[in-house]
Amino acid sequence: MSITTSISLLKLPRLSYRVWKVWRRNLDVFMKTYRVNFIPPLLEPILYLVGLGFGLGGYVQPQDGLPYINFIAPALVAISMMFSSFYECTYASFVRMYYEKVFDAIIATPVSLEEVIAGELLWGATKSLINSSIVLVVTIVFGLVSSPFSLLIIPLSILVGLLFSSIAMCFTAIVPNIDSFNYPSFLFITPMLILSGTFFSIVSLPLGIQIFINIFFPLTHVVALTRALAIGKLTVDLILHFFWLLIVTSILFILSIGLMRRRLIK
Amino acid sequence: MLTGEIIIKAVNLTKRFGELVAVDNVSFHIFKGECFGFLGPNGAGKTTTMKMIYCVLPLTSGTLTVAGMNVNDNAREIKRIVGVAPQENNLDSDLTVFQNLIVYARYFDIPKMEAYKRAKELLKFMQLDGRMNAKIDQLSAGMKRRLILARALINKPQILVLDEPTIGLDPQARHLIWDKIRSLRRQGVTIILTTHYMEEAAQLCDRIAIMDHGRIIEEGNPVELIEEHVGKWVLEAAYDEEAFKSLVNIFPNVQIVGSRIHVSINKSRSVFRDVLSRLSFKEVVVRDANLEDVFLKLTGRRLQE
Repeated sequence: MSITTSISLLKLPRLSYRVWKVWRRNLDVFMKTYRVNFIPPLLEPILYLVGLGFGLGGYVQPQDGLPYINFIAPALVAISMMFSSFYECTYASFVRMYYEKVFDAIIATPVSLEEVIAGELLWGATKSLINSSIVLVVTIVFGLVSSPFSLLIIPLSILVGLLFSSIAMCFTAIVPNIDSFNYPSFLFITPMLILSGTFFSIVSLPLGIQIFINIFFPLTHVVALTRALAIGKLTVDLILHFFWLLIVTSILFILSIGLMRRRLIK
Repeated sequence: MLTGEIIIKAVNLTKRFGELVAVDNVSFHIFKGECFGFLGPNGAGKTTTMKMIYCVLPLTSGTLTVAGMNVNDNAREIKRIVGVAPQENNLDSDLTVFQNLIVYARYFDIPKMEAYKRAKELLKFMQLDGRMNAKIDQLSAGMKRRLILARALINKPQILVLDEPTIGLDPQARHLIWDKIRSLRRQGVTIILTTHYMEEAAQLCDRIAIMDHGRIIEEGNPVELIEEHVGKWVLEAAYDEEAFKSLVNIFPNVQIVGSRIHVSINKSRSVFRDVLSRLSFKEVVVRDANLEDVFLKLTGRRLQE
């Protein structure tokens, strides 16, 4: 890739309030079936908490000084942010772009392609907000999360949702077909799900792997933040985690729009 | 209508996709209020030209102005006054018929109450008012086309772009769409359509541009083009060497088209009567000359394979 194409991919998108019209379209579709949409994010964490927390947790020693079920509860909130936004902006966005031609229809109106993609990313962030809030409520009901700081997880979920939406949209912009999403799913999301300090403390991993996951697995930073907020144990290194997320999200947000521009504007 | 205010003007318009030259240095203008058609086979560059007009494809070179605005600088303003019915069905299948119009109206900043009013009117105009709450996949092909047309009208466009408006429709559905297009044309909307149905172009268009391999090879009023290039009547018969040889003597312009012989004349069809009585032909017909004959004459190929 030449330098000029790299620069054009990172060209700042020109966005207006019309971004929200795309977001609103997705919200309208979501609300048509909202009863069904709320079931998975409600049931899944309950299954994990019962199975891993109560079941497996009985055999596992405390992690980072927390009982196992309290250790995984905030991670489940973080995982739901990742899953909901990543899958929204891979499979669901790809279906809208490629099969349903929704993007084609919208760009024939005063809404630009850049605004369509930004609207999709904001919608992915919204899915993260909705789903992780439900999971958060479940963990609170189970009595596993009680710090008032845990409410900060709600705004955090928007930033995290935007991050994973942007990562997802980068893949959506380059995959040849919908089956190709299997690769980022198995090679990126699954290892990240398991290794990011979600189900066991990363300090038990070799140092090299710890460094690797801190650089390449954004979920590590998300889990660290949600867990700290959930137990109300705020430390200085949280600022680093937060800024890591903020900077990477900003870059990938712009890059994903650039890649989509390259894919769709010929 | 051959004179008046020019609403679309293309000068040396070119579009390349890598090596492929989809639109090759074409110039044309379209008058306000006319129905202008791009006629040509698949791959001629019609859709590409359309997409540049409604500002979703950037130009490679040349200039294109729509309603006095340059497409490179004023995409948003142009899209505001253009209605688009694309060739491919891109209705929003997650939404109902009515919601399709309402959500689309929102992209144009049309206030909610106004959108409801327009959507109802348009569904009535397109004879879809009974299917307001239907899902898109419950509609027939003809209904989908009508809904796409209704959607294209939601912003009360000055210019309506119709890319293959009746492709794949049965004759009844086609005639219904044609009626609606004529009615819009009477209301003063400028209509630009593409088609590879010569009958459609002849029925609807004040002027047409015949496209092939990315170029405009002829432009004008359909009736005049037929008279100029072909004539009034065409005799068509199955190819037969003997018949062909004897015909060449009488009509030097005789053509072999696939497995058929074509002879066109500008005079009264009675000229053919004498030939028909003396020579024996198989599957012979004498018919009106049409735009397909024009295309055939200009390119040596048929419009549709």
